[in-house]
Amino acid sequence: MASVPDTTYIARRPSLKQLAERIPPAVWTLIALLLFWELMVRWREIPQYILPAPSVILAEIISYWHRLWPNALVTMGEILFGFACAVCIAVPLAVSVVYSQFMARAVFPIIVMSQTIPKVAIAPLLLSWFGYGITPKIVIVIMLSFFPIVINTVMGLRATTPEMLHLARSMGANGWQIFWKFRLPKALPFVFGGLKLATALSVIGAIVAEFIGADKGLGYLILIAGANFDIARQFASIILISLMGMSFFGLLTWLERVAIPWRESVELSGKG
Amino acid sequence: MTKVFSGRKGEVEALRTVDLDIRRGEFVSVVGPSGCGKSTLLMLLSGLLGRSAGEITIDGTSITGPNSDLGIVFQQDVLLEWRSALDNVLLQAEIRKSDMGEARTRARELLRMVSLQDFEDAYPRELSGGMRQRVSICRSLLHQPPLLLMDEPFGALDAMTRDQLQIDLLKLCAARDMTVFFITHSISEAIFLSDRVVVMTPRPGRIERVMDIDLPRPRRLALREDPKFIGYVRELTEIFKSLGVFKEE
Repeated sequence: MASVPDTTYIARRPSLKQLAERIPPAVWTLIALLLFWELMVRWREIPQYILPAPSVILAEIISYWHRLWPNALVTMGEILFGFACAVCIAVPLAVSVVYSQFMARAVFPIIVMSQTIPKVAIAPLLLSWFGYGITPKIVIVIMLSFFPIVINTVMGLRATTPEMLHLARSMGANGWQIFWKFRLPKALPFVFGGLKLATALSVIGAIVAEFIGADKGLGYLILIAGANFDIARQFASIILISLMGMSFFGLLTWLERVAIPWRESVELSGKG
Repeated sequence: MTKVFSGRKGEVEALRTVDLDIRRGEFVSVVGPSGCGKSTLLMLLSGLLGRSAGEITIDGTSITGPNSDLGIVFQQDVLLEWRSALDNVLLQAEIRKSDMGEARTRARELLRMVSLQDFEDAYPRELSGGMRQRVSICRSLLHQPPLLLMDEPFGALDAMTRDQLQIDLLKLCAARDMTVFFITHSISEAIFLSDRVVVMTPRPGRIERVMDIDLPRPRRLALREDPKFIGYVRELTEIFKSLGVFKEE
């Protein structure tokens, strides 16, 4: 054993096979699918106005970047601002539901019931109230994303066990300490479950809002491209939206790991 | 002192005229069948529950609200999963706004006494059931309370871990002047640990007998084979048989 120094193993550069093994299997599946798509389109000579090949879409993203990027920024702004507003409304609301009998019995059931209203159906109404500016987009993003945050935060704050409260009181903890040192940390994994669910919904909200009435944003670009039968341009926008959604979700997952180092996240719960 | 719970289906009398004097510095165990009101008695002592009639006094002061001049250990360890073992012990000092430097030294010392010095930074999910309960005992002792309440603290542990924790507990108690009020289902556990054993009847809980345990300290596991120890076990078993808790026919 001693004749083989450890350093030789460490210093050796990873082989191609080792590098390939580091890439997650799902990425390989995706690459295979894209290749299949590309080959099928070329082999069957599918026209571009029905299904463009991935290489054509990539070329479109690059050549159309000067329009895609500014519009993507607009959509991103709507998503982030709406999401932030939703958090600012949802978390204090959840706290009030947990601490106030009135909120829990007289207000919370109505919030839950209101979720049966399809929010997309309200969108045109918001347009006539708030006009074509950014306001209706923000409102729709808030409406879609705030519910899972409220539900999960309420669940999380209620997850404190009676034993924890007995313990707290035996230490002479006041209400403030019980909230900060017991209830809130206990609720955090639930809150993040809700936030992650809300990221996907906030993206949907922004795009739907732009479909209904907008003069900028990726949703608007998709509509215009659709009207011109420019399928490649539509795909280019869709890919950008997806990337945005994924990055947002990834950001939240990273934040969660930083904020809750003691455990894996709980299952996503609550519906939008 | 009595305790009556009123629920939806009327009232349940949990405790009937319980009259008990606990001397300073002694280890008192309460043994009784499930539902005899043992835990209720502990909750009343801690002031977390209000009583229906009577009075509880500690050092001559009547208990009316949550009493924080004590330590509590529950059957569940109730560790906060976001805090390391050391930080869980320190929670006691944080809530009480005690001097943190001094508390840290004492917390380390406590963890060392229960052989957890290498697990200070471990999160609860990384610890075994017995280790978690030891952390929770350390937490209950951090502020050096004059009174320690324990509600079936070893009930959820396997037999061997249980033996070890009994020894650990006796070691911790010997190191300080403290009254312990210990609730258990186990006759031999009560005898092994206590100066006095309180026998309670099925609901509504009354005190059937208070038995002095005259065994030398420090107590070792071998004590459990001592004829005197076995005699106590037999005596308590007979009492529970006469109460109808054990039915052999």
